Formats: sequence, C-alpha cells, structure tokens
Amino acid sequence: MTPVPHATSTAPGTAIADTAALLDDLRAIGEDLPGFDLPADRDPAKVWSERKLDYRLVSPLNRRKFTVIVVGTGLAGAGCAAALGELGYRVEAFTFHDAPRRAHSVAAQGGINAARARKVDNDSLARFVKDTVKGGDFRGREADAWRLGEESIRVIDHMEAIGAPFAREYGGQLATRSFGGVQVSRTYYTRGQTGQQLQVAASQALLRQVAAGTVTLHTRSEMLDLIVSDGRAQGIVVRDLLTGRIRPVTAHAVVLATGGYGNVYFKSTLAKNSNVTAAFRAHRRGAHFANPCLIQFHPTALPVSSPWQSKTILMSESLRNDGRIWVPVEPGDPRPANDIPEAERDYYLERRYPAFGNLTPRDVASRAARDEIVAGRGVGPLKNSVYLDFADAIARVGKKVITERYGNLFEMYTDATGEDPYTEPMRIAPGAHFAMGGLWSDYDLMTSIPGLFVGGEAGWGYHGANRLGANSLLSACVDGWFTLPFSVPNHLATLLGSDRLALDDPAVTEAVRRTEDGVRALLEIGGSQGPDRFHRRLGELLYDKCGVSRSGPELAAGIEQVRAIREEFWSDLRVEGRPDGFNQEIERAGRVADYLDMAELMCLDALDRDESCGAHFRTEHQTPQGEAQRDDVHWRFASAWERMADGRYRRHQEPLNFVSVPLQTRDYR
Amino acid sequence: MKLTLKIWRQDATDSAGGFVEYPLEEVGPEFSLLEALDKLNDELVADGREPVAFDSDCREGVCGSCGITVDGRPHGPVANTPSCRQHLRSFDDGATVRLEPFRSAHYPVVKDLVVDRDGLDRIIGAGGYVSVDAGTAPDADSHPVTHEQAEYALDMAACIGCGACVAACPNGSANLFTGAKLLHLSTTSQARTERGTRAREMAAASEEFGPCSLYGECVEVCPAGIPLSAIAGLNRERLREVFRRRAN
Ligand SMILES: Cc1cc2nc3c(=O)[nH]c(=O)nc-3n(C[C@H](O)[C@H](O)[C@H](O)COP(=O)(O)OP(=O)(O)OC[C@H]3O[C@@H](n4cnc5c(N)ncnc54)[C@H](O)[C@@H]3O)c2cc1C
Ligand code: SF4
Ligand code: FES
Repeated sequence: MTPVPHATSTAPGTAIADTAALLDDLRAIGEDLPGFDLPADRDPAKVWSERKLDYRLVSPLNRRKFTVIVVGTGLAGAGCAAALGELGYRVEAFTFHDAPRRAHSVAAQGGINAARARKVDNDSLARFVKDTVKGGDFRGREADAWRLGEESIRVIDHMEAIGAPFAREYGGQLATRSFGGVQVSRTYYTRGQTGQQLQVAASQALLRQVAAGTVTLHTRSEMLDLIVSDGRAQGIVVRDLLTGRIRPVTAHAVVLATGGYGNVYFKSTLAKNSNVTAAFRAHRRGAHFANPCLIQFHPTALPVSSPWQSKTILMSESLRNDGRIWVPVEPGDPRPANDIPEAERDYYLERRYPAFGNLTPRDVASRAARDEIVAGRGVGPLKNSVYLDFADAIARVGKKVITERYGNLFEMYTDATGEDPYTEPMRIAPGAHFAMGGLWSDYDLMTSIPGLFVGGEAGWGYHGANRLGANSLLSACVDGWFTLPFSVPNHLATLLGSDRLALDDPAVTEAVRRTEDGVRALLEIGGSQGPDRFHRRLGELLYDKCGVSRSGPELAAGIEQVRAIREEFWSDLRVEGRPDGFNQEIERAGRVADYLDMAELMCLDALDRDESCGAHFRTEHQTPQGEAQRDDVHWRFASAWERMADGRYRRHQEPLNFVSVPLQTRDYR
Repeated sequence: MKLTLKIWRQDATDSAGGFVEYPLEEVGPEFSLLEALDKLNDELVADGREPVAFDSDCREGVCGSCGITVDGRPHGPVANTPSCRQHLRSFDDGATVRLEPFRSAHYPVVKDLVVDRDGLDRIIGAGGYVSVDAGTAPDADSHPVTHEQAEYALDMAACIGCGACVAACPNGSANLFTGAKLLHLSTTSQARTERGTRAREMAAASEEFGPCSLYGECVEVCPAGIPLSAIAGLNRERLREVFRRRAN
C-alpha cells in the first residue's frame, strides 16, 4: 500500500513571503474584542444564571410598546419570535419561504444533543462542555458551551411539550443514541426526521402567536438591508417576493436567524435557497463576520454524478457504524468494485486510525477521503468519490439486520443514484455542510452593531473550528427559545419611552434608496449569463481552493480567481424578467452577488489563519503523521472581520481562554 | 435522452396562462425532474427568454416546497414521491411530458408552476399547535409515552405540508392534511388538554377547502405516506368533541 505523501512541517519559502505581502495589502489588524472569559475563581456552571440576574427587565405592561424584528423562521427564528410573542412583545417575523415550516432546519436527520445525563453512562453537563469545546478544536467560546449544555435540558422538555414526538423506549422514557464522535448516549431523535419534527413544532408555536396577534408574519419577504441609525440597528429593508415592492420596517431591535452560508459552494447539503445575504448585508453595515473560513465538510455526502446535479444529498453518518471505507490501491483502477480483490483495497481509515477506524470525526474522515481522491485513487465515473462498503456487515449480521438499520438510507441512495448498495458499495464524497463562521456576537448574542442580534447557524458561537454532530439543532433551539428572550429585553429596557424610527427618517429613506439602486444595478447590467452560471463556477473554485484542505498559494490564487469571476459578473450578468412581480432570477442574482464577496472573505480568512484547526486544514501545518497542527500560541482567538469603506478588511481578535477544559491535541489514532 | 416539456406559463395570478412546448436534449435518466427544469432554465436565460418559475428548496423530499402536476398527476408518475425526487428514468426517451402547477381552486397560481398554499397554514393557525409557553413545560420523562404511541404520532407527524393531497382531490379537500395533524397532536400528552377545541376549530378552518367524499386519491400522491385512516381520524376527533362538548 502506498501511503499518501505529506509535507512535514512549515518550510518558510518564497510562497509564504508572497502571501504575507498579499495579506498586508488586503487587510489591516484591529483591536482585540472583549469576549466572555470564564473567571478562574467561579463555578462555570453558574455564569449563565449570574448573567441572567444582571439583565435588565421590561415589565409586562411595557412589553407591547416594543417591536422586535426577527428575520428567519428556522429553529432559531421561529423559537425567538414565538417566545418574545408569548412574553408580550410585538414581533415582526420575516421569511423568504411561503410557509415558516419550510426553513432549512426541517432537513436535519440525525438528532439533537442534550446534557440531561439520565443514563449511567457517566455523562454530565461538564462532559458535554468538554466534548463540545474539544470537538470544536478550541476555537469556540467556552462560556457559550456551558450555556448550551445547561439550557439543553429545557429544550427537550419544551420541544416535546409543543408536539415533537421524540422516540421512546419500551418503558415509556425518552430514547437516546450516541452520535458523531462522542462516547455517551445524549442524542435525542425522532427517527431520521429530527429536524422536521422540531421545525414543525416550532412553526406551529409561531403560528399560535400569529393567531394571538403578537407576531405579524411576513412570508415570501426577503431582507435586503439593515437600517442603522444613531449607531444602533433600528430596522430592515425587505423585498416582497410576490410583487417586487421594496419597503422599510423599523423596530427597537433586529434579530437575524437566517441560517448558514454553506451554499456558497453551490453543491452543498443545504437547501437550494439558503444564502448569506441577510448576514452579509448586515456585515456591510458594520457587523463583524467571525471565522468565515470554518466550513464543515460532511464525509458521507453523495458524490456529484452529473454536471446538472443541483446539490449533494447527505447520507446519515450512522452508516459509518457498519460500512467500511476503501479505495483501490492502484490509482485509476478501472475494475468494478466487486472485481477488486481484498489485497488490492486500501481501507485507509482503518489503517491510519486503528482506534476509531471508520468512525473518526467528520473533518478527519473528509480530509482522508480528499487525499485519496487527489492522489488519483477516487472511484466512480468522475473519479471523485470513495467506497462505503457493506459487504462485510451483510456477511456478518445478514441482509435483514442491515435493512432494519439502514433500509431507508439505502432506498434514498438507490433513488438518487440508481445503484443498489446491497450488491455494490455505495460511493460517498465530502460535501460542504455546516458553517461554523457567522456574524460575530458577544455572550448576549449581540453583534458589533448595538441592537442587532444573531441566533442559530447565522452566528458563530459554540462550535469552534469543527461542529460535533447533533449540536447544531441544539444551538438553534437554545438561542431562539432560551437566550434571545433574555438578552433582547436587556437591550430593550434601555430604550423605554423611545419610538420606533419614523419611516420618513433620512436613515430609512437612504436605506430604501440604496436597496432599490442595488436591485436596479443588477437588472441593468444586461449581459449574457444568468446568475446560476456564476454561482456554479464560484462553487467549483471554492471546493478546489478553499475546500477540505487549503494552502497559502492556492488561497492566494483563489482570491484572484474570485475577483475575476466577480468582475465578469458585474459586467456580463443577465437577469431575465420584470422587476415588479415574482422573479426568481432577481432573488438569485442578489444572493450570488453577496456570495462573490463572501467567497473572497472566506479565502482571505483561510489565508490569514496560518494554522490548521478542525475543519480548516492548511497543508503547511501538519504533523509528520499528516494530522492538523494547531498553533495555540499565535492563533488562540476568533477572527472578527470588519469591512472598511474601500472594501478592504480589518481583522479584530477575540482571545479565547479555556479554564474548565484544558487545551489538548485531538488524537484519534 | 430527449424530452419535450409542455409547460404551463402564466405571468401573474390574474393573467391568462397557457402551455408552451420546449424541447430538452442531453438529459439523463438520473436527472430529477427539477434538475431538468434547471437545465431548461439555463438554456432559456442564455437565449434571452424568461425562465420557468417553480418552487423548490431542500431537493430531498422533506421541506414540502416543491410540487407540480406532471401529466395530470400531482408530483409525478411515481406514487408517494415528491416532485424533487421524481426522476427522468420514469419517462420514455423522446416522450412529451406535461408540467402544470398544482390545480386547486384553493391554490391561486402565483406564476408559471408556483402556487399559493397559504390556506394550509390558516388551518394550522386555527388550532394546530399546543398552548405551552417556553419554559413552562414539565420534564418530558415525567409522563411515559409508549413506544407504539410515539411511533404512531410520528407516522401522523410525517406530513411535509406539500399540499398535493388537496391538488389530487376531486373536491379539493384538505382532510388528509388536517386529519394527520389532529391525530399527531391528540397522541402527544401535553397536547391533549386542547383536543376538543382543536378538533372543532381545525375542522371548521378546513371547510375553507372542499368536503371529503373519500375518493382516496390523496393517499396515492402523499410523499409522507399519510394513510386514509387520517381522514377517518378527523371525523372521529370532531364527533368526539361534539359529544363531549369539552375543551379536551
Ligand atoms: C442535511 C442536513 C442535516 C443536518 N442534520 C443535523 C442533525 O442531525 N443534527 C444537528 O444538530 N444539526 C443538523 N444539521 C444542521 C442544522 O440543521 C442547522 O444548522 C440548523 O437547523 C440551522 O437552523 P437556523 O434556525 O439557524 O437556520 P435555518 O433553519 O436555515 O433557517 C433560516 C431562516 O432564515 C430565513 N432567511 C434567510 N435569509 C433570509 C432573508 N434574507 N430574508 C428573510 N428570511 C431569510 C429562511 O427563510 C429561514 O426561515 C443538518 C443540516 C443539514 C443541511
Ligand atoms: S398529507 Fe401528504 S400530500 Fe398532504 S400535505 Fe401532508 S405530505 Fe403533502
Ligand atoms: S424541494 Fe423540498 S420536498 Fe421537494
């Protein structure tokens, strides 16, 4: 077996000098940001309750005098809007979907974690925090992980009460399973539809508030800009997707719960309409963007098999419990999988990680697959995947058991590829999945713009450089139901007696004019290529240059190529159809415009972060064994990017301190 | 392979619509129906023509956004499969395939293949929820729910809200959708306190749609496999309320 060749450690050379010059040209270094360190002398488990005690309150009679805008009706947005409505605030909720239930949270399959520790498998709140911080490779905020774990208990109770039928044991208690790189059983689930059931329950709770009159729901409405006045967020500009009308909405605070930006890669596991527009436009108005380069690639996505394939579908990770991953030893081996004898197969995960084998965490498994594919050992018609083989498992436990365990996934695979995984191995490949980066926020989920809050995948807090499976539904629920309803009122309390910004205020009219000009600018280019063509090319470029593994020179080239596509976009885009009416091309064009700038920022952040951590693997920084080499001395901080007037960037740093979970190296051998 | 797509084009809700034929070449049997539309749209835009509007999002059968009528059948030829998971392998090479929006008096056409399904949310808003405020729920382990009950609730909760049942029904009835929600919530323990009122309000809201004559065409198109017993369940829940005259 030929092991994959690896560079050893950093070799300073000319390429590095060049990238340093490029970096200096692109970005300046700003101040440190105040984070929220756990005080060494206090019980970390008490920090959240102490913080809540410090929060200012709004009395029930005053609550209806405040209006809060919540953008997004996913788990984070629906939860936040419903909870604030239940408390008596006036909420204006927005979604570009035609119904709140369709938010992308609906697609999550596996489950939701909670630190309930009911079993005697030695789980605890402290262990939940330890797994979360360590799983995130020490690039997340420790205090947030404590809150996440503490509130997770109520999340399960609440979601169950409002209608999510969690799986139950035969004795009637909630069932749990273990998931994604942890050794205890803390994941709650509803078959393979956990996201769907949580999302449907949350949107029902939202519709209950709509019926009660506390929440006004605006469907098919897309936020296109943020209104900042007096240094704080006071409203948004939305486009009615049915009529094309652009109008302002003002409020005392704005919450963005608009999901992740993984779709920048075009082919991702996300829903087709997921995008970065709301967050990025807030970023243009002054909200810092944290850790944009940290993107999780899911190792068990379906490979791309046709150029017109619109996305990559996720196959549940649980398949790795029984499936064995391999590639042919001989690069380019043309034989069908079943004709390749055992001795000519490389079960590379089992070989390289004997302790964890096929169950290594997502980033490790994704990277190993990419190494094999790049080395020419990829399989399938486009040589872009690896085998996930169930032959041994079927021989061991029988086809019936495998069908019971994975039948629906096998069906899904057959449905998507037309191949039968019972008789020939599945093909899988890493696919862009979860965005660990997002708008920077403080411990109260407030961004660098006062009055602008962020929740769920649109934020950056808990996951660090690499999210643990089943922690994301949890973070969206905790933000929505049990953090924002405490921290937003703390901000509102300072505004008692103030009116909403008047709709004829210059800040409002200016924002509306800017938004109208933005849409018109896209329409007026009058070029020859639709927005999707640019998006597809951008996606391929990012997979190549800012994908599963990165290097300085590749990233530098990536930045240049992104700029070239962007220039072409702004001179050759064609948007068909009318501006005044339902026009999906206008929607797509605006989103792609933001993705182009976002892509540049991602490459910049990846180039800047001169270390390997979690999902960010810089080939210059690996151990002799080919493992990620973190640099805690220089990079133990979150990067928060400020966009300057000339389009250049300033990097701020939030130093990260770890008190309850000491720094350590992740090792899965 | 090659297909001829005969597609319903309609500019806006109050404009007249009609079919337009488009040849589509170089597509493969592995294409989903919606990917075929993506390819067609790419060509239309390159040609300076307006692309076909259609709704979709997750493209894996769970969000309920997609939904078109294919050769007269909601979602397409394969039973119990949403539009985004219908593939071209179901059609013969060279076939003509007719694509229309979901047809129902309750779904105004927004544009081309896109319809307005807000009526479904009006049914949910009438009582398809549980009145428990955040933070007030008891420990979910304090009330046992049998494994079977949980599985049954899940069967009923599987509805993706696509609205195909209404489009398939000769009467345009939403009873499969409403019944599934009622049975899901009447099985979960917290939700039972409002069981009677919920049945009354949701059944009344459901009357915005047509009456059910038990044709059963809804169950053949339902991607979630909601069974006909959901319809019987709706009637049972409503009668239960009529006889008991109580909130629960
Ligand atoms: C296939 C898949 C499987 C997954 N499985 C799991 C799992 O098993 N466990 C787990 O923990 N996590 C899982 N995840 C991750 C998890 O589902 C998401 O991180 C989480 O649901 C995000 O929730 P959210 O509320 O932040 O955003 P979303 O649910 O994405 O909601 C975003 C909302 O914002 C709205 N919106 C966005 N932009 C605008 C705008 N400009 N104007 C108006 N509205 C806007 C959208 O309409 C939508 O309502 C999975 C993800 C995927 C893709
Ligand atoms: S009952 Fe079935 S067909 Fe009707 S909306 Fe639900 S999933 Fe769609
Ligand atoms: S696109 Fe989501 S169900 Fe078809």
